[in-house]
Amino acid sequence: MTSGELPKSIEETQGLLDSAGYVADRSLATVLHLALRMGRPLFLEGEAGVGKTEIAKVLAASLDRPLVRLQCYEGLDISTAVYEWNYAAQMIEIRLAEAEGNVSREALANSVFSQRFLIRRPVLQALETSSAGAPIFLIDELDRSDEAFEAFLLEVLADNQVTIPELGTIKAGEPPITIITTNRTREIHDALKRRCLYHWLDYPTAERELEIVARKVPGAAEQLAQEVVAFVQHLRNNEDLFKQPGVAETLDWATALTELNEVALDPEMVTDTLGTLLKYQEDIDRIKGSRAHEIVESLRQDLFAQGQSPQTGPLSR
Amino acid sequence: MNTGQDTHLSEASRGKITENIVHFARTLRKAGLPIGPASVVEAVEAVVISGLRNRDDLYWTLHAVFVNKHEQQPVFDEAFRIYWKTHGLVEKLLSILSPVAPAGPKEPEKPKVGQTRLSQAFETNRKREAAETRPQVEVDARFTVSEREVLQKKDFAQMTATEIAQARRALQSIQLPLDKVATRRLVPAGRGRIDPRRTLRASLRAGGNVIDLRHRKRAEQHPPIVALCDISGSMSQYTRVLLHFLHALSEKRRVQTFLFGTRLTNITRDLTRKDPDEAFLLCTDSVADWSGGTRIAHALYEFNRKWSRRVLSGGPIVLFISDGLERQEDSMLEWEMDRLHRSCRRLVWLNPLLRFDQFEAKARGIRALLPHVDEFRPVHSLDAVADLCIALGDRGKSNRAHDPRQWLHRVA
Repeated sequence: MTSGELPKSIEETQGLLDSAGYVADRSLATVLHLALRMGRPLFLEGEAGVGKTEIAKVLAASLDRPLVRLQCYEGLDISTAVYEWNYAAQMIEIRLAEAEGNVSREALANSVFSQRFLIRRPVLQALETSSAGAPIFLIDELDRSDEAFEAFLLEVLADNQVTIPELGTIKAGEPPITIITTNRTREIHDALKRRCLYHWLDYPTAERELEIVARKVPGAAEQLAQEVVAFVQHLRNNEDLFKQPGVAETLDWATALTELNEVALDPEMVTDTLGTLLKYQEDIDRIKGSRAHEIVESLRQDLFAQGQSPQTGPLSR
Repeated sequence: MNTGQDTHLSEASRGKITENIVHFARTLRKAGLPIGPASVVEAVEAVVISGLRNRDDLYWTLHAVFVNKHEQQPVFDEAFRIYWKTHGLVEKLLSILSPVAPAGPKEPEKPKVGQTRLSQAFETNRKREAAETRPQVEVDARFTVSEREVLQKKDFAQMTATEIAQARRALQSIQLPLDKVATRRLVPAGRGRIDPRRTLRASLRAGGNVIDLRHRKRAEQHPPIVALCDISGSMSQYTRVLLHFLHALSEKRRVQTFLFGTRLTNITRDLTRKDPDEAFLLCTDSVADWSGGTRIAHALYEFNRKWSRRVLSGGPIVLFISDGLERQEDSMLEWEMDRLHRSCRRLVWLNPLLRFDQFEAKARGIRALLPHVDEFRPVHSLDAVADLCIALGDRGKSNRAHDPRQWLHRVA
């Protein structure tokens, strides 16, 4: 498979993500493969920090295609998302025509509303095919935009086209590879979801998370990585937290501890660096101090009991 | 590009795949997933294209097409397990799809079997649930609190046509506090900022000689409403009116409705039915704890954890409708209310007890909640939606009358 070409099977898709440093499970690879083959947008939902946005970035890098990113926010409208006319240049054009004299009104309107004066925003950029192929079009955090914009997207997603009243319809030569992410802060309308392939991105299993840490924080000691992952997994499964830590937080924490030259989890250090992992004060209060101590103790015992952990050195420093 | 793998499929085998997926889709539809014919067509295409190797691949392929909400996954999961297991269909399907297609199995079993089994599976689930809910005799009604989980269904009386008309009329005149908020979206207006695009078009009409200024301003919108309604024994007689009120309100703005007694139920989808009676019938079906006890703190906790991040976007007004009589006495109630307060635009507490003259904020639950609400309002007779609108509207009157702090001072 040469670069830029789409993967032909589920295995190839998984391999593609893997080669770019994204550890994906087979379910995600299946859906992504389908999205690529069927030319349908991929609708990714999941908690913050599970790697939704990252997929688009990885895909762009590994397929060697441009990434067009549209960050959504309330009040996002056509002029910031799709296109805008260059008013200043248009005004000058009108004045020039005036100075020349006898230019017909129709000709003037035609020249003023031509491609020359069109400023392309992300959606329009996404419909352009470059030499590398259609771009990756990332619509990030769609739930932050308002319903009006969501309705506008229907045309783009279903037919890969945009209608500009003054110019006509612009259609993509090759449909972009569209990836939509949402955090579920609001329900997205069914009509839009229907046009996409849906996937719920869950927190990774311990095994996969360990692999992610090993890949992304290569400097982390093996025992540290294992304990960090076990700790985070314990927080997600057994502790009643307001906001569970995502993969991004795990990586931050592992990096922080590595920077501090830790080789294993130390309960005191856990309490001091908990801010990289948990982002709500009440969550931190619940875990810090004695609770952190207990968790570290119990997971040490578990890891030790498994006996598969390859570390040979003493467990406490 | 898609042709590469399709070609080896004969018409007949494609037909078999289609047949199975159609039946599976029908099973899912019966189980309550909204699946249209378009998604079935898509599912067939996806299965043909994906080049599946095993059962899991099939699972995720169909999942991508048929499921579009995280909540639907358990149903899909169960249906998939039963449907594709009983038939041993996956293997047959895979053998059809694989390029080295061995001779197909004789006759596909009739999908009917799977259907009945799935519905049986759902039936037994329901029965199990029903067995758990021991009906209890309800003793206490208003002005009492009980923690018992009394699970019972309740019928709404039908609303008369005149009542509906009255409700509509009353709603048109209602004005909630902070009723209009400016959004970041711009709309054409007589005055305001200059709108370059419309200005240019207007000037061109005159050949560009005169610049005809056009303006725009920020659009205004009703903020969304999130209603948390208490349906415990002491409150349930008010809920009928309240739900009518919320139903009518949802015609004009985004309304999310939750009911809580001993557990929290989201009935927003049920209330979207046009016909109020149909909508309420759905609500009564989906709520299990009418007129039971109250666990306000627990309900708030559940709301904050599970729903707040999903429904509190866009700065909503939260209507908290409860008498505030809570038996559980610890700091949890205050804590959760504080959290709710900090994540919405305005928190309005509607309390039917307040209409009694001798009301004093003495109950512990009420004292815990009061510091964290923006407005504390009575709901007058609560016999009709119209009265509720008057109570909520309160146009022109100063907000001081509804300041929660004065109730705290009065007792202290």
